[in-house]
Amino acid sequence: MKSKRADSLRSVIAHVLLVILSFMCLFFFYILVVNATHSHADLQKGFSALPGGHLIKNFLSVANDGTFPMFRGILNSLIVSGCSAAICTYFSSLTAYGLYAYDFKFKKIAFTFIMAILVMPTQVTAMGFLRLVTNMGMYDSLLPLIIPSIASPSVFYFMYSYLQSSLPLSLVEASRIDGCGEFRTFNKIVLPIMKPAIAVQAIFSFVGSWNNYFVPALIIQSKDKMTVPILIATLRGADYMNFDMGKIYMMIMIAVVPIILVYLLLSKYIIAGITLGGVKE
Amino acid sequence: MKKKYMSILLTAALAVGALTGCGANDSKQKDSDTKKADSNNDGEGKVINIYSWNDEFYKRVLAVYPEVKETSKDGSVTTLKDGTEIHWIINPNQDGVYQQKLDEALLNQADAAADDKVDIFLSETDYVYKYTDAEADAAIPLKDLGIDPEKDLADQYSFTKVTASDEYGVQRGSTWQCCPGLLVYRRDIAKKVFGTDDPTEIGEKVKDWNVMEETAKELKAKGYYTFASYADTFRLYGNSIDEPWVKAGDTVIKIDQKIMEWVDNSKKWLDAGYLNKTVKGQWNNDWNQAMGSKSKVFAFLFPAWGIDFTLKPNWDGDNGAWAVTNPPQEYNWGGSYVHACTGTDNPQHVKDIILAVTANKDNLLKISKDYLDYTNTQSGMKEAAKDNKTYASEFLGGQNSFEYFAPVAENIKIAPLSAYDQGCVELIQNSFTDYFQGKVAFDKAKTNFETAIRERYPEITEIQWPK
Amino acid sequence: MKKKRKSISYAKWGYIFILPFFASFFIFSFIPLADTIRYSFFEYYRSGIKEIGPNFVGMENYVSLLESDMLKYAGNTIILWVIGFIPQIVIALLLAAWFVDIRLKIHAKQFFKVVIYLPNLIMASAFAMLFFTLFSTNGPINEILMAIKIIKEPIDFMGSIFGTRSLVGLMNFLMWFGNTTIMLMAAIMGISTDIFEASELDGCNSIQRFFRITLPLIRPILAYTLITSIIGGLQMFDVPQILTNGQGRPDRTSMTLIMFLNSHLKSKNYGMAGALSVYLFIVSGILCFFVYRMTNGNNSDKPGISAKLRKRARRG
Repeated sequence: MKSKRADSLRSVIAHVLLVILSFMCLFFFYILVVNATHSHADLQKGFSALPGGHLIKNFLSVANDGTFPMFRGILNSLIVSGCSAAICTYFSSLTAYGLYAYDFKFKKIAFTFIMAILVMPTQVTAMGFLRLVTNMGMYDSLLPLIIPSIASPSVFYFMYSYLQSSLPLSLVEASRIDGCGEFRTFNKIVLPIMKPAIAVQAIFSFVGSWNNYFVPALIIQSKDKMTVPILIATLRGADYMNFDMGKIYMMIMIAVVPIILVYLLLSKYIIAGITLGGVKE
Repeated sequence: MKKKYMSILLTAALAVGALTGCGANDSKQKDSDTKKADSNNDGEGKVINIYSWNDEFYKRVLAVYPEVKETSKDGSVTTLKDGTEIHWIINPNQDGVYQQKLDEALLNQADAAADDKVDIFLSETDYVYKYTDAEADAAIPLKDLGIDPEKDLADQYSFTKVTASDEYGVQRGSTWQCCPGLLVYRRDIAKKVFGTDDPTEIGEKVKDWNVMEETAKELKAKGYYTFASYADTFRLYGNSIDEPWVKAGDTVIKIDQKIMEWVDNSKKWLDAGYLNKTVKGQWNNDWNQAMGSKSKVFAFLFPAWGIDFTLKPNWDGDNGAWAVTNPPQEYNWGGSYVHACTGTDNPQHVKDIILAVTANKDNLLKISKDYLDYTNTQSGMKEAAKDNKTYASEFLGGQNSFEYFAPVAENIKIAPLSAYDQGCVELIQNSFTDYFQGKVAFDKAKTNFETAIRERYPEITEIQWPK
Repeated sequence: MKKKRKSISYAKWGYIFILPFFASFFIFSFIPLADTIRYSFFEYYRSGIKEIGPNFVGMENYVSLLESDMLKYAGNTIILWVIGFIPQIVIALLLAAWFVDIRLKIHAKQFFKVVIYLPNLIMASAFAMLFFTLFSTNGPINEILMAIKIIKEPIDFMGSIFGTRSLVGLMNFLMWFGNTTIMLMAAIMGISTDIFEASELDGCNSIQRFFRITLPLIRPILAYTLITSIIGGLQMFDVPQILTNGQGRPDRTSMTLIMFLNSHLKSKNYGMAGALSVYLFIVSGILCFFVYRMTNGNNSDKPGISAKLRKRARRG
């Protein structure tokens, strides 16, 4: 009985805290939406907590601007982020599994090596990255934004940790006894078990890639290959006559919406993945 | 996972790529070869590549260049009547992406295929000298292009020609725009404090800094600020320095006495309450609000674009509430320069475009009418100053601002430039903000400026402060 | 030990599986990295559009960095990271534990989960823009505080060291606590429910359960969170950069290491930037080594930890 009362007290505290935190989170999101409904002139005058009447006008002025490839940009961003998330999670799982399930001579070295590069600040390599990409003839293409995500040490580490806690090697052996090939074992047995981890990391890499400005800004030149963050930067860099904060907020909002959709989609998937239960000991 | 951080950090990376350097001498050699090959018109390339950071130039070319036939829907390619294509390569200014990409292209210019070569690029006053530098040889002298600045550009304001010239006085760029600045003030405050809102009488009250200070006292007594921020007055001092920040070929930054006067006066004005202490610098929310009807700020210092595109959108009252008059000191703020790029394979087209957009009086007047630029034609602007019908500003309650701009433009003596201006101007304002706000001592602000400069420009060996 | 004998014949698969990762790493990271390290020993920068160098200068870049304010910026970075990380990990652990605790009967669980993650979806630069507007001296936060008479004069949030640092910390907290919560939640949900059931039978209360079972079992993921957060913290850039206009104001007290690096890269000073990167690399390596050691305790055979813990927990 006592523990029940304690539980309900904890429940109240939990709800209060959650409501406060949610309010804080939503508040900033709300401001973004509200700002997207104001004209540039309104925004310049200062902040207003109430929505204005410019939502549709802002949207149309972003969408109908012939010189501003919004839809193309969203498509490019979807391609880049989608592919990055997919290959990043797949290959990281593959690598994690390779190091977890097999014993080989350089296993320890390989693992230590990845742990070492995990801490490598990314901008360090970016200095030579552009030159490399240019030499490989991939300048101004979407490929260099996608392929390098095969090697994501931190995603690897997450997958490895997850495998440690969720994949009994007995399962692998059982599948071998059933006559499954190694790749088949990975694709049919291991991947499903890793679904929750993959979903989590897929969101993170998708978001990271979606919001990435600097690598694309470096590599992308032509308008039809620009991604959403570059387009936002273009708006912010518009000349003083066309500078329109309303449009900028609208574009940021447009950038956030697909991400939320993907997130909602995947967040259900995580729960489902877990409740279906990959491993029972 | 902090992937987002990692990726964003790549700002870093913006700086990349220089690694593919080709020797400067080498490229010069090749460039002069190309120039020779292109000297006959038939050798013109099929593609004109124009580098810019926004669509300002693009719009003006489309508006006045007679050869334009059509532009693709996304605005990235314009076809001329003779079939030549203009490719607009527009990179955002944000985080220095524009200059980064341009620099990369310039370094690769010699090796680029003819149709990939940069033909025209644009620069702003703050960094024009980086590109007009004789040694860098990125911009072709106009003479070599077949434009005689003495003759073809005779009607331009001479300070714009000086700005676009290298240290030997060779003009390497041209502009359609000229940005003389005025003092624009609130009529209602003027009436309350001085009993009059007449531009001539107010002009007397702000005619130089000493008179201005008395005026500021009066405003303060009635509870008004003279200007919003210390950054507002910077251009006036910064444009009247006697020596460049860095002399050509030198590696010593000499801070001009005028800059220190700005520091001293800004501190004095801020402490005296003539400036609004809560407005820190420009282009932020507080600054925008200082232009609203609730604000206690009497005046701003703006060129034509500032009045129409910064002040007007921020003003929430009726038209006619603001008026312009002469500033305490002539100054220029802003301006975009058009350069022909060394190694271009379309010299004839480039010449035509530059002449059409920056030297043709009718075209310039059209730009003034359509885009409200104060354009680079002395005779044209004199006409505009008298033509109260065409050029009366609705926002200024029917006042013709060109009448006030014209004399300022004629008296502007542009400060000697250096390739370091953009960094120096930005960093001195930033470093002394802490001092103005009382966060650090004067000497600490100086040290902070020195640190910031050395980070930005590793080649600087010494920073000299005036005594 | 049966496993060992068997796996020998599978060794080649191990190599095959990790090949794509290493190939991609070698091409896209290692080659550029080698460049960076090489140039850290050179004087190499751009003056205007002219290139200076590369001239070999040995360790000069490293020495002059030590003489600069680098250590001060390292201190700033640590402070800013701590202000953001401590509330983040505490709240995230709490929320994750609550979310998986069925007895708490949290309503609208899905809603909360979605909401706390939202700030992470917005581009950091856009988020910083919003913060800047909100907390400006004449901004809405000051207006609200003044309207409800908490303060008389507007607070100059971004004018004081404390204000700026707190804002950076708050932003980092808001942006990342949802992310961390979800990650920890996934880890906790990975723990078999049997263990919780068993613990309940043994009369564990929720606090005991949290410290005795949940925490040890999610240790690998906690380590992961800590490590990635340290790396993220070391690389903190966009938030203070935008909030302070790249100046780390006031008086460079919120200038982080990467902002420092950025100012070198802005001048295209590859030599100096390279040297700074190498320092960063070494420092983050050392930090992570310690964290890794710490969180993995004395268990030398890593892959087995969780299994062992699981057994121990079961028994306990």
